Amino acid sequence: MSAPARTAPTATALVARGLTRRFGERVALRDVGFAVGPGELVAVIGPNGAGKTTLLSILAGIQRPDSGEVTPPAGGVGWVPQAPALYSKLSVAENLRLFARLEGVADPEAAVQGMLEQAALGDRAGDEVGTLSGGNRQRVNIAIGLLADPAVLLLDEPSSALDPRQRERLWEFVGGLTARGTAIVYSTHIVQEAERYADRVLVLADGELIFTGTPRELEAESGASGVDFEAAFVRFLHDRGH
Amino acid sequence: MRWLLLKDLQILRRSPLLVGLLVVYPIAIALLIGLALSRGPDKPKVAFVNQVPPGASTFKLGGQEIDASKYAERLFESVEPIRVRTRAEAVEKVRDGEALGALIVPPDITEKLGTGLQSAEVEVIYNNEDPVKGRYVEQIINSRLADANAALADKLREIAVQDIKLLLDGGELSLFGRTLDILGLRRTQEILEDALRSLPPDAPERRRLREVEEFASLAVANLNLATDVVGTVSQPVRVKRTPLQGKRTPLDSFAVAIAVTVSLMFVTVLLASGMLALEREEHAFTRLVRGLVSRVGLLAEKVGLAALCAWVVAVAMTCGIGLFVSLDWGRFPLWLVALAFGAAAFGALGVAIGGLAREVRAASLLAFLLSLPIAFLALVPSGAVSSGVYDVVRVVSALFPFKPALDAMDSALNDTGQSLLGPLAHLTALTVAFLAVARLALRRFA
Repeated sequence: MSAPARTAPTATALVARGLTRRFGERVALRDVGFAVGPGELVAVIGPNGAGKTTLLSILAGIQRPDSGEVTPPAGGVGWVPQAPALYSKLSVAENLRLFARLEGVADPEAAVQGMLEQAALGDRAGDEVGTLSGGNRQRVNIAIGLLADPAVLLLDEPSSALDPRQRERLWEFVGGLTARGTAIVYSTHIVQEAERYADRVLVLADGELIFTGTPRELEAESGASGVDFEAAFVRFLHDRGH
Repeated sequence: MRWLLLKDLQILRRSPLLVGLLVVYPIAIALLIGLALSRGPDKPKVAFVNQVPPGASTFKLGGQEIDASKYAERLFESVEPIRVRTRAEAVEKVRDGEALGALIVPPDITEKLGTGLQSAEVEVIYNNEDPVKGRYVEQIINSRLADANAALADKLREIAVQDIKLLLDGGELSLFGRTLDILGLRRTQEILEDALRSLPPDAPERRRLREVEEFASLAVANLNLATDVVGTVSQPVRVKRTPLQGKRTPLDSFAVAIAVTVSLMFVTVLLASGMLALEREEHAFTRLVRGLVSRVGLLAEKVGLAALCAWVVAVAMTCGIGLFVSLDWGRFPLWLVALAFGAAAFGALGVAIGGLAREVRAASLLAFLLSLPIAFLALVPSGAVSSGVYDVVRVVSALFPFKPALDAMDSALNDTGQSLLGPLAHLTALTVAFLAVARLALRRFA
C-alpha cells in the first residue's frame, strides 16, 4: 500500500479541539487538537506514557476529557480496542450478529454478511472465535467496529500482537477501508508502520501534540538525513527534550 | 439486554463442563440429602457378652421375680448385637473393627441386683479409632443403660411402696416358702388404743402403752408420706416442653431448606460472578458500555441470568427432594417466591464479587471463600458461642443473603408461624445494596 503525502484535510470526518485530561496532578493530555479527513489514515505515535491510549479513549467516548470537545460525538465513531473484544465461545458470525443487534443496525443479517465478505472471513463464519489465529481475530475485532458503518474508525495498537504476515494482511484490510472513504485513526508504537501506511502522523509526548504532518515532513523536521524513519523520530523527540 | 442474555445462554450451552457441574452438583446434593433423610442411620454393631448362666437371668426382690434380660433387650433397640461368648472375643471384634464397641454383662449381675443393696456393674469397651463413631456408640450405650437403670429403679420403687403399704396396713407375706400374716401399724395402733381404753386411769402399764401407741401413730403418719416420696424419687425431674417462637419446623424440612439454599447460593454466586468477570476477560466490557448497554443494565442482565438458571435448578432440586421427604406441596407457590428473591440477592452478591475480583478464576475462588463461611455463620445456633460473639455473628449473617434466604425458604417450606415478608424485604434490601457495590466496582473494571 502506498502512502501518498497529504496535509490537513479540507473536509473533516473528525475534529478534536483543546482536549485536556488530568489524572490527579498528572496531565495526561494537554490542549490537543487536530482534524481528520474522510478516507484519511492517521497514525498517533509517541513514547510510552505519551497519552496515545488516553487520546483514543476520549475520541471513542470511553473517557471524558476535563476540557475540550470531539466532533462527531462518540456514537458516530467506530472503536476497535487493542485486545480483540470478542466472545471466544461464539462463532465469527454470532459475534458479528450480537454486536450488530446491540448497535441497533437496521438489518443485522445483511450487516453480518457484508462484514464477513469485507473481512474475507466468509469461510470461517461458523468457526468459534477461540479457534481463530490472532490475525483473523483482529479482523473480526475490526469488523465489529465497522458494523454501524461509522465515518471514523479508531484502532488502538491494532497490530501489536500480530506476526509480520498477519500485519501485512491487516494493513491490506485497513487500506480497503480508507479506499471506501472511512477515516482511520490508529495508535501504534511500531513507527515503521506509521511511516509505511499513514497519510499523516500525530506525535504525542508527555500529553502534548508536538507534531502533525506526513512521515516525510517529520523526517525533514528532525533534520536527520541518511537514517531510517525510526532514527529520525527518536532524534526528533530527543531534540525536543523527550 | 435480551441479546446479551441470549449470548450468555449460548456461551453456557457451549461450556458443557461448567453447566454439567452446575446441574449435577445440586442434584447430587438433593439425592444425598433425600436418601439420608429417608433412611434412618444404621444401627452400630456392638459385641455382646452375656456371662450370666442360662436360666439365671431372673432374681427375686421383695418377694417379686424380676427378669433382667427384659431390660437388656432395650439396649438392642438401638444397636445390632454381635453375640460372643467371652470378653476376649468381644475385644477382638472391637479391635478388628467388626464392632464399634462391646458390652460385657458379668455373671454375678443378677445376684447383686437381687440383694437390693449392691450396685451391679457392666463393662463397656469402645473403639475410638473413629472418634465420631466411638462417641456415637458411647452415647447410645449410655443412653440405653440409663433407660434400663430407670426401668429397674421403677420396679424397685414399686416393690418398696408395696412393702411400706404392707407395713402400714398389714397383710400376707411369703417368706422362705411360708406365708406370714403381718399385723400392720394401723391395726397395731387400734389394738393399743382399745387396750388403753380398757385400763383403769391409774394403771401403771398405761404410761408405757401410751408411748408405744404414740410411736405407732407417728410411724403411720410418716410412712404415709414415704410412699409419695419414693414415688417422686423414681422420676425426680419431669420435662414440660414449651416452644418459644411459632410452630416447630421438622428437622427433615429444615435440612431441605438448608440444602436448597446452599445450592441456590453456590449456583447463583458462581454464575453471576463468573459471567461478569468473563466480560472483562474477553475484553468486551469496554466495547459494551461504550453506548451499547449501560453498566446498570449489564449488572441487571448478569443477575437475571444467574438468578434464572439457579432458580430453575433449585426448584427442580426441591421437587427432587420432595420425592424422598414429605413436603407440603400446597405451599409450592411460596417456594417459587422465596427461591426467586433468594436467587436475586445471591446474584447481586455474585456481581459484586465479580466486579471486585475482575477475573473469572479470582471471582470463583472469592465466591467459594466467601460463601462457605457465610453459610456456616448463619447456622451457628444461639448458645453455641458467647452472647457477644453471637451478636456479631447475627450482624454479619444479616449483611449477606444466606440467612434471610434460609429463613425465607424455611417459611415457604414449613408452616413456621413466621411471616415470609420479613425475609423477602431483607433480601430485597441486600439485592439493592450489593448491586450498588457492584456498580461502584465497575468504575475500575475496564
